[in-house]
Formats: sequence, C-alpha cells, structure tokens
Amino acid sequence: MINVRNLRKHFGPKIAVDGVSFSVEKGEVLGFLGPNGAGKSTTMRMITGFIPPSDGDVTVGGYNVEEEPLAAKRLIGYLPENAPSYGDMTVGGFLRFAAELRGLSGSSLNKAIHRAVEMCFLEPVLQQSIETLSKGYRHRTCFAQSIIHDPEVLILDEPTDGLDPNQKHEVRTLIRTMGEKKAIIFSTHILEEVEAVCSRAIIIDRGQVVANGTPRDLKRRSANAGAVTLRLSEKGAPSPEALAAKIRSLPGVESAMILDPLALRAKGCRDGSPDGELARAISQLAAREGWTVEELHTEEGRLDEVFRSITLGDRSAEKTKEAA
Amino acid sequence: MNATALRNIWTITKREVAGFFSSPVAYVFIVIFLLLSGFFTFMAAGWFSAGEARLDRFFTWHPWLYLFLVPAVGMRMWSEERRLGTIELLMTMPITPWQAIVGKFLAAWAVLGIALLLTFPMVITVNSLGQPDNGIIFAGYLGSFLLAGTYLAITAMTSAMTRNQVVSFIVSVVVCLFLILAGWPPVTDMLVRWASPWLVETIASFSVMTHSIGLQKGVLDSRDILFFFSVIGFSLFTTSVILRAHRAG
Repeated sequence: MINVRNLRKHFGPKIAVDGVSFSVEKGEVLGFLGPNGAGKSTTMRMITGFIPPSDGDVTVGGYNVEEEPLAAKRLIGYLPENAPSYGDMTVGGFLRFAAELRGLSGSSLNKAIHRAVEMCFLEPVLQQSIETLSKGYRHRTCFAQSIIHDPEVLILDEPTDGLDPNQKHEVRTLIRTMGEKKAIIFSTHILEEVEAVCSRAIIIDRGQVVANGTPRDLKRRSANAGAVTLRLSEKGAPSPEALAAKIRSLPGVESAMILDPLALRAKGCRDGSPDGELARAISQLAAREGWTVEELHTEEGRLDEVFRSITLGDRSAEKTKEAA
Repeated sequence: MNATALRNIWTITKREVAGFFSSPVAYVFIVIFLLLSGFFTFMAAGWFSAGEARLDRFFTWHPWLYLFLVPAVGMRMWSEERRLGTIELLMTMPITPWQAIVGKFLAAWAVLGIALLLTFPMVITVNSLGQPDNGIIFAGYLGSFLLAGTYLAITAMTSAMTRNQVVSFIVSVVVCLFLILAGWPPVTDMLVRWASPWLVETIASFSVMTHSIGLQKGVLDSRDILFFFSVIGFSLFTTSVILRAHRAG
C-alpha cells in the first residue's frame, strides 16, 4: 500500500531525512520510533503530501504522491502532530467539514460522521466548540477526522500524545482493530505501545532507518535477550560461588552473573535466542541437585534497551571517531 | 474548473464565513465600517450641506477606510492556519492548494461585501431626497467592492508570508498605502515636478486611485475592472507560490 523509496529531505543545509526506504502492506501496523528530531514527522509529512521530498519518492496505493496528489490523498487519513483543528468550530461541524472535503455527501456523510463519533467516543461533546474541550477530546476530534472516510491508509503522528492512560488504551485498541484491514503507520515515543500495537517497527535516527523488524525481532537485539534468571529459596541452596560454577559448567552457558546470594543470571553462548533451551537445562540441573527454585525465566529482551543502544550507541561511536 | 473543484471551494468558503461570524471579527468590522463611513460622509464631507443627490462623497473615503479595515479582516487568513498547524490538515485533504486559497479569499470578500451592502440606507436616503443616477451609484458600489477585494488579496499574500498576524497587518497596510499614494493627486502633482510625465503616469497606473475614479463617476471601463482583477489574480497566485515555498522548506 505504502512504498517509500530512498526518501530525502533537507531544509537548507540541515538534512532531516536521509535516504529512508520501507513499505507497508494492508493489514500491517508499522510503529515509527526514534528520538526527537530524528525525522519521523518529516517523513510522515512527505508520505501525506504535505511537504515535497528533496529526493526519492512515495507511492500510496500505486499513486505517486507528488505526481497524482489528489488520488493518493483520497486514500490517506492523517492525524498531524499536536492534532490541529479549528477551535471556533463545533466537533460536529468540524467533522462535517472534513467529510465534505473528503467528497462525502447526503446520507453517507451522516453515516460517516456517526461512525467516527462512535469510534472516538465523541458523542457527549458533539455540539461543543473545539476550543472549550480538554486536550484528550481535542485530540480525538482530530483523530476522528482522519478516519472519517474509512481510509485504506492511516498516518498517525503521535496518536496517543497527551491522552490519559484509559484514553491511550482505547486509541491503541482502535489502531490494532483497524490495522487488520488497513495499512497504518504511527509514530510514538512510548515503547510499550509498539509492543502492544505494531506488527512491525522501524527505528529512525538522524534521518536514517537504523532498525526494521517485528517488535520481537528487535527485542532480541537487546543485550539481555535470551538470558535466564534463576532464584533459589534459602533451603538447601549452595553458596553463590558454587552455584555460579555449577551453572557455568553446563553446556551452552557462556557466563553466569551473581545478582544477589540467591539469584544469578546466566547467558547462553548464542545471543538473542529466547527459545527456552537454556532454561530447560538449568531446571534439570536444579532438579538433580535438589535446589528449590523460586523463580526461573528467560528474558525476552527489552525494547527500550535496544532503542537506547541503537540510537545512543552509534552516536558515541561517532564522537570517538571525531575525537580521533 | 469542474464540479468537484467548485464544491471544494464552496465547502471552504462556507466554513470560513461561519468562522468569521462565530468570532467577533465580522461584527466588529461591519459595525466599525458602517460607523466610520457614516461619520466621514456626513460629518467630514458635509454630504447634507452639499445638497447633491450623489454618493461620490461617500465612496471617496472607501480607499482610506479599507486601508486599515481590510487588512484587519484578512491578516489571519493564512498566518492563523500556519500558527495553529491546521494548514497541515487542509493541505493533506484531497483538494488543490488553489481551491483552498480561492475558497478562503471568497469567504473574506463576502464578509466585506455584506458590510458594503449594509450601507443601503445611503441609497434609500439619496433616492428619497432627490433623483440620483442609480447607475452611477451601482458603479460606485462595484468599484468599492473591487477595491476591497484587491486589498484583501494583497492581505492574503502577506498573511501567507508569516505566522505573525501583526506583521501581516502592517505589511499589507504599507503595500495598500503605496497603491493609494502612487496615484493620489497630491502625490502625483508633487512627483510631476521632478520626474518625467510618462514615469509618473506609469507609476500612477498601478494605483487603485487611478482606477477607482472612473467607477466612482459611473464609468464602467473594462480596463479598470481588468486592473482590479489582475491585482487580485496576481496576489492570489503569489499566495500559492509563497505557501508552496514555505512547505518545501
């Protein structure tokens, strides 16, 4: 549905987006991650046709956004950053305006408004003017605008920004449900959101894609992915050193780190394979030795660790390069 | 220009007009315009004591009245869209920028037109007191409306340049003032003393004054009407260029 090829954008000498390529198919929810100023919003603005790219191209549903902007824009629903809307209009009036610009009229227009209002829980404020609303309602009003024509492609720039935890949950559920039939791109700072909603995630840093994969794949790149944490009860436990030595002697174990007198973390030789093999070996060992196990689990890896190592890691590498 | 384009323009115009009337802008403009035009016509120009069944003393003031009032109405046209970020919504809708520009312009022009129409008691008064030539009065109204549209298009252009409404207001007042002064007799008389006549005439031909005078006298010259529409067209075209340049970064 969405094809982004070698997209570049510079504002004067500043390069905001530097050769970004990816594609999103129907039924996919793509999470767009990256530090502030990484080029997420700029990329999204180019996909929606708000700003022209300096180089490269975007096609949406087969239409090149620059060459056939109207055909492409018809397929897209867009929630811009900060969810702008006309404060002097009522929620109902604003949605009607959006629906009319989307080419809806008559009964299909009323139906579309009704559907969007229901999905975004806007019923109680329908007749209120937007400037009198709380941030959550204003945000959802703009969100409703983006889905009013039931678009095949949804571009959402920080759709949960400024919402309370309940509203965040609602919006995430909404995105996940809609993602079954649409191609969705959304950007966020909240990493748990990516795990909860996305089928795929892209991490973008200083205008470049630095990681692209399912949240599970990405998590495996975390330093602790696949490590096994073991905690024993006091009764019959060996000394920490003896325990660590025993664990290290197991085949496939690379290191065992003592966390506290009764707990340790073992790492396998094969990084990032949380397939449970290591945990099984350890539990068999515990059974043989007669230890009482209180806790045993395999680390899945954490997205925030991956995010930090990717986006900070090569920055410090670059600094050393500059210093040298 | 097809049906979809017209419908998009109409949708935007409708929203904008509603926006003007849901804020104090339209009311303040209309009331101030009516008060000031009445004040200048009756008090400053001494319309009653002149004893003529004509409205040219009424229309003479319009270029000066509009000089401040029209930029006040138009200054938020694009600067507000840029400041609030709603321009991003508007420009990602399946409409062309041109449709948005024309739609917004027509809405503000309609508000100016409504204010102008509300001066109808002048026409009634002059008709009940004497036998005026209503054709001349109609031409005067047409000229005044075109003049308002010209100032408005210039304001649209300046408001696209900045997200600051005050800057937009001041720049458009200066540009409109130039368009008045370039053909205002006190200025042209002064210029003629040290510039060659053809130069003065060329500069004066860019002035709204030069092209208003005929209409105020009831002369519907196609060149005058063409002048106003060219300035409007040029300014709106420049607006689209500025908006595009701004988006391109």
